[in-house]
Amino acid sequence: MDYIKLILLALVTFFAAIGVNWAHDLAYQVHAVLIMLIAFVMFVRVLRRIDEAPPAPPVEGIYFDGVIRAGVIATAFWGIAGFLVGTFIAFQLAFPALNFDWGQPFTNFGRLRPLHTSAVIFAFGGNALIATSFYVVQRTSGVRLWGGKAAWFVFWGYQLFIVLAATGYLLGATQSKEYAEPEWYVDLWLTLVWLTYLAVYLGTIFHRREKHIYVANWFFLSFIITVAMLHVINNLSIPVSIWGSKSVQVFSGVQDAMTQWWYGHNAVGFFLTAGFLGMMYYFVPKQAGRPVYSYKLSIIHFWALIFLYIWAGPHHLHYTALPDWASTLGMVFSIILWMPSWGGMINGLMTLQGAWDKLRTDPILRMFVLSLGFYGMSTFEGPMMSIRAVNSLSHYTDWTIGHVHSGALGWNGMITFACLYYLTPKLWGRKQMYSLSAISWHFWLATLGIVLYAASMWVTGIMEGLMWREVDDQGFLVNSFADTVSAKFPMYVVRGLGGVMFLSGAVIMCWNMWMTIRRGSPAEARMPTPSASAVPAE
Amino acid sequence: MADKKLDEETGTETTGHSWDGIEELNTPLPRWWLWTLYATIVWGIGYTIAYPAWPMISGATAGVLGYSTRAAVATDIAEHEAKNQGLVEALLAADLTTLSAGDDLHRYAVARGGSVFRAQCSQCHGAGAAGAVGYPNLLDDDWLWGGDIESISATVAHGVRNDTDDDARYSEMPAFGDMLEDEDIHAVVEYVYGLSSPDFDKALAEQGATVFADNCSACHGDTAQGDRELGAPNLADAIWLYGGSRETVEETVRNARYGVMPAWGQRLGQADIRAVSVYDAFLGRRRVDRLAAAICAAATPEAVLFAKRRRFGALA
Repeated sequence: MDYIKLILLALVTFFAAIGVNWAHDLAYQVHAVLIMLIAFVMFVRVLRRIDEAPPAPPVEGIYFDGVIRAGVIATAFWGIAGFLVGTFIAFQLAFPALNFDWGQPFTNFGRLRPLHTSAVIFAFGGNALIATSFYVVQRTSGVRLWGGKAAWFVFWGYQLFIVLAATGYLLGATQSKEYAEPEWYVDLWLTLVWLTYLAVYLGTIFHRREKHIYVANWFFLSFIITVAMLHVINNLSIPVSIWGSKSVQVFSGVQDAMTQWWYGHNAVGFFLTAGFLGMMYYFVPKQAGRPVYSYKLSIIHFWALIFLYIWAGPHHLHYTALPDWASTLGMVFSIILWMPSWGGMINGLMTLQGAWDKLRTDPILRMFVLSLGFYGMSTFEGPMMSIRAVNSLSHYTDWTIGHVHSGALGWNGMITFACLYYLTPKLWGRKQMYSLSAISWHFWLATLGIVLYAASMWVTGIMEGLMWREVDDQGFLVNSFADTVSAKFPMYVVRGLGGVMFLSGAVIMCWNMWMTIRRGSPAEARMPTPSASAVPAE
Repeated sequence: MADKKLDEETGTETTGHSWDGIEELNTPLPRWWLWTLYATIVWGIGYTIAYPAWPMISGATAGVLGYSTRAAVATDIAEHEAKNQGLVEALLAADLTTLSAGDDLHRYAVARGGSVFRAQCSQCHGAGAAGAVGYPNLLDDDWLWGGDIESISATVAHGVRNDTDDDARYSEMPAFGDMLEDEDIHAVVEYVYGLSSPDFDKALAEQGATVFADNCSACHGDTAQGDRELGAPNLADAIWLYGGSRETVEETVRNARYGVMPAWGQRLGQADIRAVSVYDAFLGRRRVDRLAAAICAAATPEAVLFAKRRRFGALA
């Protein structure tokens, strides 16, 4: 086994070395150097350990939590990175001089913007999803993660994907598809990592000791499977050369646009909604200490949600080359999606029945409730904006940015923070977080930050939409584009300040996590001994 | 199956399962939730009957309302065109030089031209038409190729120094860096600089005047007043296209400049060209009136003197 590993690593090192030499562009060359170094270091490590006794097998009856501890730290780290870049580019929009001459072309808005979106969605959100799903699937199945070290491959493979994607953007490698910017070789790598993730997840569920699969796992599984499908189809492309980063899309024109937004909207639907609802269904009842409000609602809203979301993409392409019929269907399915989305909010909030008093004392539960509130708001706003007439005002304006951020900061951000506060003491053997009042500070800073952000974007979005469409009696446009840009300036500053507040909250969280982890040590969590009523599923 | 029990807080039965201590209540679907879901489904069916929605073998259902986004926008445009038809015909037929401010046609032309300007011209000339380095200010009355309406119209239609229109305005200043000695370049720069600035080296400028007469006056004229036939800028006023510091003037003399403007006649209709020309001429006139008013209002003796020098380019 070790010999096969050595041969493979040697081949990768050799191939990457050729890539360094023959690279057609800077991004490819830097990536080839990176991969060559990683493969070489791994080669040396395997070589040094050869003929040593194999490490002792893991103790029976202990959950596989090491990878989750790493995931919790990675989530916090990438969160800070993503928020920092986001705040910086917010100020770049307000003060274009921040596109420093000395940093060109690497630090201009165009290259930092995908760095921000990918860092918060895929690095921060993705690590949170992988870590929590690994935690939840073990606890609710009563077994250790399947696949041995495969879970570690998923973790490190995913970090490598993030680094390749992020450095690629800065060095100018992009296939220009929003939220799917990485080029072909990075896509191939992610596919490999993601299929391993699916295998680990499914393997664990197949070996579960509980008779039924818990609802959180339905959501996580639908997220993993759908993202695999979306990723592969939207990234179908042919490399121009195996030694360069550029590739050409298989689809073209309006087909390409439709595929892209089928992907883009379901990245929201399955990555940022279904996956995070999986988190919600485990951590909210746990933190509240109450049973889930309605089993029936969870079934109906789960199937309705995953059936409807997949159709909603065309609402991103109203009034374009997309045929009217497709645009109508996208809008209609988005509106029917309203109640299925709210099913998750109702089930989360109503789970607090009988535990509302805990909100006074438990800042973590407060974060969960706030995140569900923002989830409800943005899943109402979304269907509304998908209506053609509303979209004719809102499309291409900052309203869209405001909508995305009330969902991303409010729902995804807040629920992730709450999960990190839940997990950190448990994983490092402490009773609770180092400072509860710091959690309260984080809560209020983040909440105010989101309010400033969303409110300023509503104002500028609607203002700029109205200015764009303003015509005089004779039908001539009244404003030039630059007029709308200068009119938005004050709101851009407010938005930037909102970002500063959200970022400061997250920095406080990191300090709090650090103090908690420093006082604890990795805790071994024992699995429950199988009871008579729980039979292994086959 | 495990033990169902009553939840004390709510009085609802649980489903009897437990995962890591999490149980589920058997609460029925909230009625309002279910009815709202039904209502959106019914609305959705209705909407897809009314509007184009369902894909078929070839094409898609058109919807009973016969709506289409393209037809809707075409109707909108046609409505405005019908309303303005008389004015458009008058604009195409009118002698632009005789348009007087205040009449309907002039107002229409300025509105239409302003709209074209904001969409097509403002990227380079600025939303307020004040220009930028390399892109002329259209608010002043200083014109490179002529400021009467026919000249403006010709510049807009054919553009400047482009490869796409044979009738484009064309002229090219030589790069004197290869043709003159450094000493001569410094002298002529000082001369040109001194034409519009009160502080300069008189001796050096006088030396530069000779260089100017030998090399530059053929295009820029004996008094550096420029030549609109050749697009040679007036160098005696304080209006600069690329900047009026000694360094920028020297760069212009050494390397020359080659500003380009597209031929809008290939992209815009005749009515739009005429309208935007009227608009540009209107901007220029308005600005000169304002400048005159401002000078009279400010009216310190130095300011008046300096303004005069700027206007008439006298070498002190």
